[in-house]
Amino acid sequence: MSINPQWYLGLSTVLFAIGALGVLVRRNVLIMFMCVELMLNASNLAFVTFARTMHDIGGQVLVFFVLVVAAAEVVVGLGIVVAVFRRRANADADELHLMKG
Amino acid sequence: MTTSLMTTLMTAASTAPTIHVPHIDYLSILPMVIMLGGALVLMLGSSLTKKMVGVRVGTVVAATVAIAALGAALVQWHQVANHGPSVTIAGAIAFDGFDVFIQIVVSIAVLLSALIGDGYLTRENIEGPEYHVLAMVSASGAMMMGAANDLIVVFLGLEILSIALYVLAAFNHKRAESGEAALKYFVLGSFSSAVFLFGIALTYGATGTTNLPKIADYLALNVVASNGVLLGGLAFLLVGFGFKVAAVPFHMWSPDVYQGAPSPIAGFMASVAKAGAFAALLRVFVTSFPTARADWQPIIWVLAVLSLILGAVVALNQRDLKRMMAYSSINHVGFILLGVEVCSARGVAASLYYLFAYLFLSLGSFAVISVVAGPGDSATDISDYRGLAQRQPLLALAFGVLLLGQAGAPFTTGFLAKLGVIEAAESTQSYVLATVAMATAAVAAFFYLRVAVTMFSPVGRSGAVPTSEDASQQDASQPVPIPSPDASSGDGIASLEVLTDAPPEADVIERGIQPVPPLTATAIGLCVAVTVVFGIIPGPLLDFAQQATLLIVGG
Repeated sequence: MSINPQWYLGLSTVLFAIGALGVLVRRNVLIMFMCVELMLNASNLAFVTFARTMHDIGGQVLVFFVLVVAAAEVVVGLGIVVAVFRRRANADADELHLMKG
Repeated sequence: MTTSLMTTLMTAASTAPTIHVPHIDYLSILPMVIMLGGALVLMLGSSLTKKMVGVRVGTVVAATVAIAALGAALVQWHQVANHGPSVTIAGAIAFDGFDVFIQIVVSIAVLLSALIGDGYLTRENIEGPEYHVLAMVSASGAMMMGAANDLIVVFLGLEILSIALYVLAAFNHKRAESGEAALKYFVLGSFSSAVFLFGIALTYGATGTTNLPKIADYLALNVVASNGVLLGGLAFLLVGFGFKVAAVPFHMWSPDVYQGAPSPIAGFMASVAKAGAFAALLRVFVTSFPTARADWQPIIWVLAVLSLILGAVVALNQRDLKRMMAYSSINHVGFILLGVEVCSARGVAASLYYLFAYLFLSLGSFAVISVVAGPGDSATDISDYRGLAQRQPLLALAFGVLLLGQAGAPFTTGFLAKLGVIEAAESTQSYVLATVAMATAAVAAFFYLRVAVTMFSPVGRSGAVPTSEDASQQDASQPVPIPSPDASSGDGIASLEVLTDAPPEADVIERGIQPVPPLTATAIGLCVAVTVVFGIIPGPLLDFAQQATLLIVGG
């Protein structure tokens, strides 16, 4: 069975759009955080798809860089989330209004 | 037995095809290695010692490392000037004048922020070397962005820079604002990184490579079949960069983050993070997408105009000095974008010079803000600056010079920087852009002068406040003269003094003096000196920026 690579690209675009929309719409910081991960992995799918269509190993290697960066971001991000929301009952971004904006 | 195994292995190794390893020119990455190595040594050393490493030890190490990196960058400059630009590590790292210029800028910024941070950490009772470690790691990311010759290296540099900065923004755990700023910065920063990464993926799909010169070659030789993918990639890259440099309309995080983050870190963000992001922006768009310039130039034009106008206008009614500086930095971003929009060697040189000048202006300003803010880093309202000239004349004078520099007054580097980008814009007939820039410079001068006037207006004599706009800004704690029939006949100021019983003058002066730590004073002095000296003798620095641009890979 063979699948047109366009489908993979379409899927990656859809995943990216869901992720971006989630960051902009959802108010729970942890869910916003998961949506960012979704965006990064959508990019990974695009990298692999392009690499396969062009028969270039370089694009697949880039995915490993992205995975490492995403892991580092998770470590720091969760640390900040825990530090900020330690004294609160929920992780609602709307409650962060000490400063206007 | 073992010997036979060894011989088998060796014969196997000799018959196997050799692995080709790319050549590494270690001089080209030396400042980065020193910076990162210094951070690791400091971190490791502090965890191996039994006693908590003091703040001062961290400062000494960070300053030494920064000076060493600066020295390495000067050796690099010598090498590039004699042997010309080159690429190394399989073309992933560029070793040229542009790269060395950014290494120098970042090294100086680390030195200054280490000096400023020392006083801040001592005052806030924050122990440990982590501040300096994170600052050095973050700086190595900015250096990597300056040297990056491949989109994925740009991404790695961006993340090394940003992830350390997220933590630094949250550094003062005693202030709730600090954590809030870090979370906002983190969510929007990682969002923009993801957008940037998707841009890289699309660019890779359209051109088949992430190497910047190869992208340029590909675009010069081929008509791109899937033009939509390339344009999408360009747009996503621009949005990602827009967030990182805080250009309007991607600026909304920056005032909150600057206000909430510790003052020295806000200065670090304004200098190092902007230098790194602009370095990558310039290299990616000017050297690798010049053939697609018709597509991206109008977008940069819009970003520049919006940043210039919004930054200057919104800063006008800010009361918090750190917010005001955030909007002022958005205005400065507009100016630097002028140099990007021009898309020529001249524009790049003007932008580089602007980054260099702005480094000292912003770090110096935030150093003063950090001192005046006092314990708790809280006194950042404009009313806290009233009568600063009476209390601490030297500090007020230094801040005045730095503000004049930011406003672009003659005989400062700020003036030459603004002149440079505006001239570059005019050289390509971007008259509208140049005019908007000049108009917003005039508007911006107004709010810088408002702070200066507040500092130099006397305390306790509310009748002597020089401008009407200033008078409306008075806060309730200032003595308000109560008109009485007796006073109306007498001399204005004298009667006011009589009326406000127990003039709070002495009290306010007593209460308000904030000690200036010697290291912070050194940093402020250095910033003022560079701003004035290179403003009066502009030649060397302008030549430096120009040569850096001439020695660019593929430029």
